Amino acid sequence: MADISQPRSTFADLVERFRPTSISRAITTILLFLGAWVMVFPFIWMISSSMKPTDEVYDSDFSIIPKTFKGFENYYAVIFEQPYLIFLMNSMIVCVGILVIQLLTAIPAAYALAKLKFRGSTILFGTVIAAITIPINVTSIPLYIGLVRVGLLDTYFAMMFPFILSVFAIFLFRQFFRGFPDSIIQAARVDGFSEIEIILRLIIPSAIPAIAAFSVFSFVAHWNDLYWPLIVVQSQDKMTATLSMMQYQSAFDTDYGRTYASATVVTAPMVIAFLFARRLFIRGITMTGVKG
Amino acid sequence: MAQLTLKNIKKSFGETPVLHDISLDVEDGEFVSLVGQSGCGKSTLLRIIAGLEQADSGEILIDGQSVVDTAPKHRNIAMVFQDYALYPHMSVAENMAMPLVMARLPLYARLPVMRMIAPASRRAQPEIRETVETVAGQLRIDHLLDRKPAQLSGGQRQRVALGRALVRDPKVFLMDEPLSNLDAKLRVQVRTEITELHASSGLTFIYVTHDQIEAMTMSNRVALMQAGHFLQVGTPNALYSDPASLDVARFIGSPEINVLAGECRDGWLRLGDAALPVKLACNGPVQVGVRPEAVSVLDAPGLAGVEGPAEGPRLTFEKRLIEDLGPELLIHGSFAHAPESKVRIRAQKSGTHAGTELEGGSRTLQVMLNVSQLLFFDADGARLTPEPAAALQTAGVA
Amino acid sequence: MAASLLERRQTRLAYWLVLPATLLLLVIYILPIVFVFLASLTDYTLVSDYYEFVGLENYSRMLGDEVFVNALNNTVFYAALFLPGAFIISLVLAIAIQEQKQFRSVLEVLYFLPVTSTLAAMALVWAALMDSGQGVINNSLETFGIPGVNWFGSENVVLYSLAIISLWSIIGFNMVLFLAGLTSIPQNLYEAAAIDGADHPLDKFFRVTWPMLGPTAMFVAVTSSITAFKLFDTVAILTQGGPDRASEVFLYLAFLEGFEYFNMGYSAALSLFFLGIIFLFALLQALLTDRNVQY
Repeated sequence: MADISQPRSTFADLVERFRPTSISRAITTILLFLGAWVMVFPFIWMISSSMKPTDEVYDSDFSIIPKTFKGFENYYAVIFEQPYLIFLMNSMIVCVGILVIQLLTAIPAAYALAKLKFRGSTILFGTVIAAITIPINVTSIPLYIGLVRVGLLDTYFAMMFPFILSVFAIFLFRQFFRGFPDSIIQAARVDGFSEIEIILRLIIPSAIPAIAAFSVFSFVAHWNDLYWPLIVVQSQDKMTATLSMMQYQSAFDTDYGRTYASATVVTAPMVIAFLFARRLFIRGITMTGVKG
Repeated sequence: MAQLTLKNIKKSFGETPVLHDISLDVEDGEFVSLVGQSGCGKSTLLRIIAGLEQADSGEILIDGQSVVDTAPKHRNIAMVFQDYALYPHMSVAENMAMPLVMARLPLYARLPVMRMIAPASRRAQPEIRETVETVAGQLRIDHLLDRKPAQLSGGQRQRVALGRALVRDPKVFLMDEPLSNLDAKLRVQVRTEITELHASSGLTFIYVTHDQIEAMTMSNRVALMQAGHFLQVGTPNALYSDPASLDVARFIGSPEINVLAGECRDGWLRLGDAALPVKLACNGPVQVGVRPEAVSVLDAPGLAGVEGPAEGPRLTFEKRLIEDLGPELLIHGSFAHAPESKVRIRAQKSGTHAGTELEGGSRTLQVMLNVSQLLFFDADGARLTPEPAAALQTAGVA
Repeated sequence: MAASLLERRQTRLAYWLVLPATLLLLVIYILPIVFVFLASLTDYTLVSDYYEFVGLENYSRMLGDEVFVNALNNTVFYAALFLPGAFIISLVLAIAIQEQKQFRSVLEVLYFLPVTSTLAAMALVWAALMDSGQGVINNSLETFGIPGVNWFGSENVVLYSLAIISLWSIIGFNMVLFLAGLTSIPQNLYEAAAIDGADHPLDKFFRVTWPMLGPTAMFVAVTSSITAFKLFDTVAILTQGGPDRASEVFLYLAFLEGFEYFNMGYSAALSLFFLGIIFLFALLQALLTDRNVQY
């Protein structure tokens, strides 16, 4: 038993006596929700402002509920009077196109690297690993010059080209396929499956979770990408939703309500998809450190 | 060294009760096993004793002092976890020093950087190191002190876990299935070592296991648990030869006890064609527990004969399969009067060719039940004990 | 022999399977990297086809270039603001949220929301919130009697403002990584620690949580550093490097040199410098990650 007779009140002693109590737990919860409010406030402000007339957006006493409701006008203008449907469609085409070709090129290569023996596989895999660290910002100059030379600037092809091979996908799928039991593959070969059937009917179904997570990652990354479209897109009819935000660069649309309605339209697809497929999104996006 | 007393411990997880009113007295220096199938509440009970889990109600006394509101570190207990729970980032020496560092250094001297420069820390280090080395020497792991757990074999990790528990000189030593991650051979070896450790340290041991053989071989007393209750608490021998219920009889002993259906009427027990007089206050169906060694095979080639007066119910046995275990045979089959029954008989060999001789012999054997070893249970599995004549009469009148 | 026939067939198939990926790897990664290296040794500009081999001149120019040094300084300063926050706030949040029972998933969603959003669009919102005249932030500061801040107009403040926006967008991401790391720490280590006497929050953190979190922490630190050096979107939309080059960060400078001024040779040299930094971080991670933590 410690002797209580000796009164000590050093700082160390105070720290020693600190224990989480129900009160401190409640305070933590409140602080966490306050922090969450800060994280979410920009979204609330954006949606609120997207439904306001111009002069109310910068009103000095901000209220979440618009005093004059201009939501219908603002969104109608963004969707039907401005080419936002085209921007969204462009983003969709580019993202889907990138994803489909990424899967078509990465899955076969990953299977070969994981399960088949061939000369050069070590060198190929080493190159893939090295390429993972190379961001688009480094290779953008030659890719741009190449596209200029073949006259393909400002096309969907140009917007997709640097991303249609995902070295990260090859790496990820290879790791995943390696875990697939060899005995099942051998049994399938004995049963008369061709190698292609093995990929289609055994390997791919087993890899659905990894494929789904990668798809989310790829889609979000390219939907939100600003850098490459900024370089290769020149005309408005190839503009992506994210790139369209550049037109507000310094000079805002004179109609602020409409500006934030368009910002809402651009960011909504990913946020809504996230709210519906929470787990998948978190797994997909955190699978790699390379964000955005 | 300490006495441990549990009084009316109750615990539920949400709506599910896991412990109903558990009480137990453990003597100073005793080795008590908590044994039962997984989910019976034995690990929860151990964690409540350790203070890792709070009981809903009830008392825990160590040496007469209530420890219900005492933090685990002040209960003077040590615990060995099922997967050892060694700190993977610390060396063996650091792992073992952990309880001493925590007990002997003030908080500020335990923080990073401070643990290197604080005078209190520097003063205590040599002493701690010495204790760790002594205990490591006892456990023969002193050559491993600088390794990390990842570099050790399963058996070595087990010893480190024991070492970490021993350095603090606890009053009560708690173990949660410490052998379940070892291979069969090592398990037998460590079993002996733990028993020796108990004998040499004189500490009070509480040992949780699902393996009845471990419980039977190591403990002074076994507490058999089922669905949050103690079925029976007693010495290994008491549980084996004097079980309180059919559940206990079934759980303890390998191979499992044979259970035969019988009919009890007016002091006679009927088992197929045989009948024997019993001093039981019963009328109706009874279940007869027959240990595999409580059956003698009569007139079989190569088997040890029946010793003493050959007296008891004789039955016809149909053999199906014979397992040769070396010194003895395990004969599987059924009694002729109950073809559905599954019976195992353990028979001592006298000749070296007993197995083959018996294999070739006739399909049926004559066997005799050793009356003194039979156990009787009523239809619900409660034990029926032979009563004195007077009691029998009273029961008959009522 | 049947076995070798099967093997040969498999090998041939393997080549077909890796062919598209190998060709694309060549075209998208290897040739461009070789080209960048060669271009960095020339004075190539997109405007004229005439160029000369200039050796290491682009690199020596870089070191003497005030604009480059300014961009590098800005990037490092920004990283120094951004990194501690990106690491510590996320870690504290993860530990606090881990202990929340009923609210854990709600909080996780709310903090992760900015990660999925389109930063280019949200930058516009931040511009409005941080408006020096009528922005919500300055308005609420002023109600507490604190003078408003010129978030994007002042050379001394603009990098802080960009760091705040970046923190907002990355904290949820790092927090989820830390949460995954925390969840993978076996619960029985904390129980063993409680019995050994390490039941004080500080002991639990320094003896169990922090060492066990090692690989995750390393990963978060490295990826956050790379993110810091990749700052681009908010600069392009909100400040264009201003005011007076105070927010001109490294990647934005490389972008300007390459795609606004078409100084391809110089921009190539900048790109390789950038690649060098990223390799350095990757190397650091590989070397410092303690593999002993798991057994």
